Amino acid sequence: MQPLTNKAQAVSRAPMTFWERLYLINIIKGMFITFSHMFKKQPTTRYPEEKRAFSPVFRGLHVLNRDEEGRERCTACGLCAVACPAEAITMEAAERETGEEHLYREEKYAAKYEINMLRCIFCGLCEEACPKDAIYLSETFAPANYTRKGFIYGKPDLLIPNPKTEASDLALARGVEA
Amino acid sequence: MTILAFDWGLVIEKLILIAVVVFGSLGIALYTTFGERKVAAILQDRPGPNRAGPFGLLQPLADGIKLIMKEEIIPTAANKWLFILGPALAMTASLMTCAVIPWGSDIELFGRKIALQIADINIGILYVFAVVSMGVYGIMIGGWASNNKFSLMSSLRAASQAISYELAMGLALIALLMTTESLSLKTIVEQQVQGNWWNIVYQPLGFLLFFIAALAECNRTPFDLPEAENELNFGYHQEYSSMKLGFYLFAEYINMIMSSAIMASMYFGGYDLPFFDESTVAPNIAAMIGVGTLLIKIVLFIFLFMWIRWTIPRFRYDQLMNLGWKTMIPLALFNLLITGALILANL
Repeated sequence: MQPLTNKAQAVSRAPMTFWERLYLINIIKGMFITFSHMFKKQPTTRYPEEKRAFSPVFRGLHVLNRDEEGRERCTACGLCAVACPAEAITMEAAERETGEEHLYREEKYAAKYEINMLRCIFCGLCEEACPKDAIYLSETFAPANYTRKGFIYGKPDLLIPNPKTEASDLALARGVEA
Repeated sequence: MTILAFDWGLVIEKLILIAVVVFGSLGIALYTTFGERKVAAILQDRPGPNRAGPFGLLQPLADGIKLIMKEEIIPTAANKWLFILGPALAMTASLMTCAVIPWGSDIELFGRKIALQIADINIGILYVFAVVSMGVYGIMIGGWASNNKFSLMSSLRAASQAISYELAMGLALIALLMTTESLSLKTIVEQQVQGNWWNIVYQPLGFLLFFIAALAECNRTPFDLPEAENELNFGYHQEYSSMKLGFYLFAEYINMIMSSAIMASMYFGGYDLPFFDESTVAPNIAAMIGVGTLLIKIVLFIFLFMWIRWTIPRFRYDQLMNLGWKTMIPLALFNLLITGALILANL
């Protein structure tokens, strides 16, 4: 067969010469190779001080979105839960009462919305399924926890800060995520 | 009262010197472990330990505290006394070597002339050899007392390796002794200080053989078969924990420092700073410069040891034995022959 690259080399089976059998020269060569690595740039990212930027398509921890007036966008339609291949999302719907119009955008909302981060595979299908632009995958990942329970994220963990009342928090969160 | 009528100043000065040398080498050994990790990391494009303290400088202390706090385990099947004796012997043997190393020229303090050497015995090198060969007992006893087949095999390896390489080491040394005509390390160093050349110029092959044998004696890569991780699960100190394990690891580093000091003294002029006339400065300052020079030489040798460790893979056991018996010893004999012929021809 014709070689595809010019990198193929026949292995030399010739008996070793005297200098080769001494090994010393090759050892010294090897030592210079390791020595040259002292001056190479280290690829290490010194993690807590220095963080590597995520790629623009990174899919991290979920957030539940609000609209410009701070109302929750989620209507608890359940499409995300249906789309989820890992069955990580559960929710309970509730009907909006009068006087709650400033909290929920539409008549139906999610009273309970939980994502099990141990089940989630961060595929982003929930994000794609959502007709209300209510769920997004952010650029952070779930921090470590001591208990399994700690990995079940509820609405308080997922909802973004209200742009009306907690504008500074939102800016902070955006700044960190960006 | 005549029994007390000897020079108490000598006792005090020697005790202080012993304390300084022992604790000094322990301290250096502590930081050699850190150096080892740093050198390994840098040679492999990693940053190495850098969390404890500035630049990770407190790492050896953290390691030491960790080792002390670990549970001390003596296996039920182990021979308890020998199990404890093993690391103690390894540590003692490696620390005893420092007694004959001349750390610098004489200093004058309180009107006394103080030699910066614990004991200038006229058989200094023989003493070193005697003590170094004791070191293998620490490994042997530790490996045997663990009552574990891997430990036993590893200690057997260590013993046969030490014996094989001590021969070549001794033969390489005899050639050096033929040129220096003295066994006292102090005399050998002084000859190099006074003479034009260091002994390495007269004995390049001898030094190479001695260096390789020293690597083997210290159980350093590529001769670290006694503690081959992948085949013997860390070898002779597999059953050891806590500070007993620490002693074994420490003894290895102290051995490294001591063999570096001996190689520096015998082949590289000891405390002799090249191109510098010691008689131009005060004797105390000259002695301090000498100590600094020797320490720098030791550090360079230690770096060489580490550099080799992180470059060359371990030998196979038959390769090790072949190298020892079929290459090193004939070469050492050849070196002996050449040296003898040159001395006879009066060159």
